[in-house]
Amino acid sequence: MDPLIELLRNNSNRSPKEIALALGLAESEVTARIAAAEADGTILGYSAVVDRLKAGDRRVTALIEVRISPERDGGFDRLARRISKFDQVRDCFLMSGGYDLAVIVEGQDLLDVATFVSEKLSTLGGVLSTATRFELKAYKENGFLANGGGDEERLPVAP
Amino acid sequence: MKSACQWLHEQRGIPTMEYDNKISHIIRDLPRSGIRDFFELVIGRTDVISLGVGEPDKPTPWPIREAVIRSLEKGQTSYTSNLGLESLRIGISEYVTKHFRTTYDPKTEILVTVGVSEALDIAFRAVLNPGDEVIYHEPCYVSYSPSIKMAYGVPVVVQTREENEFALMAEDVEKAITPRTKVIALNFPTNPTGGIMPHEELAKIAALAVKHDLLVFTDEIYSELLYDGRQHKSIVEFPGMRERTILLHGFSKAFAMTGWRLGYACAPAPLREAMMKIHQYCMLCAPIMSQMAGIEALKMGETAYEDMRQSYEQRRNLIVSRLNGMGLHCFNPGGAFYVFPEIRSTGLSSKDFAIQLLEKKSVAVVPGSAFSSAGEGFVRCCYATAPELIAKAMDLMEEFVNEVRAKK
Repeated sequence: MDPLIELLRNNSNRSPKEIALALGLAESEVTARIAAAEADGTILGYSAVVDRLKAGDRRVTALIEVRISPERDGGFDRLARRISKFDQVRDCFLMSGGYDLAVIVEGQDLLDVATFVSEKLSTLGGVLSTATRFELKAYKENGFLANGGGDEERLPVAP
Repeated sequence: MKSACQWLHEQRGIPTMEYDNKISHIIRDLPRSGIRDFFELVIGRTDVISLGVGEPDKPTPWPIREAVIRSLEKGQTSYTSNLGLESLRIGISEYVTKHFRTTYDPKTEILVTVGVSEALDIAFRAVLNPGDEVIYHEPCYVSYSPSIKMAYGVPVVVQTREENEFALMAEDVEKAITPRTKVIALNFPTNPTGGIMPHEELAKIAALAVKHDLLVFTDEIYSELLYDGRQHKSIVEFPGMRERTILLHGFSKAFAMTGWRLGYACAPAPLREAMMKIHQYCMLCAPIMSQMAGIEALKMGETAYEDMRQSYEQRRNLIVSRLNGMGLHCFNPGGAFYVFPEIRSTGLSSKDFAIQLLEKKSVAVVPGSAFSSAGEGFVRCCYATAPELIAKAMDLMEEFVNEVRAKK
């Protein structure tokens, strides 16, 4: 992968100047390449990875396993894209194995998610079945350990 | 003032204990590590951004830690062979063959030690007779000269210079060779400079070792950490060198395993056997837990450190550029995770620079003078630290340098 993209994937919060120094590029080149990656959809967006519990976020998250019937033209794509468009859907992946789509949904509470599944998702033409599994606790998210996991101590000065 | 104990002794007519005569003169005359002095200034402060460490900023990779937990659960807590576990020695042999293109027999030519520090110590003790000379280069890691003295050898220093990016020049080595020279000790990439050896200079030193029939100890602890697409080459790879070289390596730096204290020596059988004699009496064996960690580390191979190496390279670019930007001349080191900027332009000594920077800006760097007098005029900054912290430390150091210059 492009080292610039790799670097942003690990931490998108670094200034173009810092990135330029780290990669030995001109700052203007970094800015231009980021802009190009944003424009061509290589970079989809930026967000902070948040410990939702600490942030006081009481919403619920569910992983919904969805089986759908592929269409003659376009396979799973059309329906998967349609499902992805709902605001409640945070992630949507086509999977190998016993079901087709893994749909990760956020809702205000249990009822909110249940309503979304029963009224929006299951009623779509082509959806054969759903199985909803609620998230209980996050230990690691997007590569970051909850509670930092950083209780290692280094001496301040060592040979 | 007299202690109560001394007073009581005087009352009873018992002479006071004189420790000076009780301690070996060699040990009494050894200096304390300069790093230790500085450590005591920093310890206990929680607000410090430290560029003063000599180790990776991440803990040991999880699969290695996990393998050790599993081995503890299985109850693997016993002594091992003095040489180290055979499976570890086989792993070491394969790793060394791949990285140094030199093959050692796990049964007769490899010894597992408690860090490279022990390996270096027993290597000196195994070969030196009192008065034998060892050529080594400064600035260097703090233990070389003391280890040679503790083995009753005579340390002979060759300075490396900034104009050569702290590489060791063969012509300087040649001037230091005498009829008493027995060993040339090398450590590249080097702590504290980050300096590496150009292959042609290494070839010349190898030729000198052959010509004068010298042993060479090569401490390869930073050999995985090379940048800008460079390939490491060890002196052991040159013609006529395998039979006269003791290759010392360990897991601390590349595998982020400093606290496990695990190293090894590879050497022709008679040399390995001599080292083994000392090791079996003073150490018995390296801790089995650490050896288990080593087996797993070698299974991971470069996947354990390649991401970190790439990240270090980016951090090096960042710190070198910032240091030069604030007017502290700093060459771009090819290896390890240290930069060694020159601070003479501030008018401060290394020690004053480090102390004032710590007191005024809470940034810890190590004075170059802690790594011998050749390091005076420089400070060591370790960039195995989060890029955000490096950036913040550089902002603070720039403020400090500007304030010092304004006062001048």
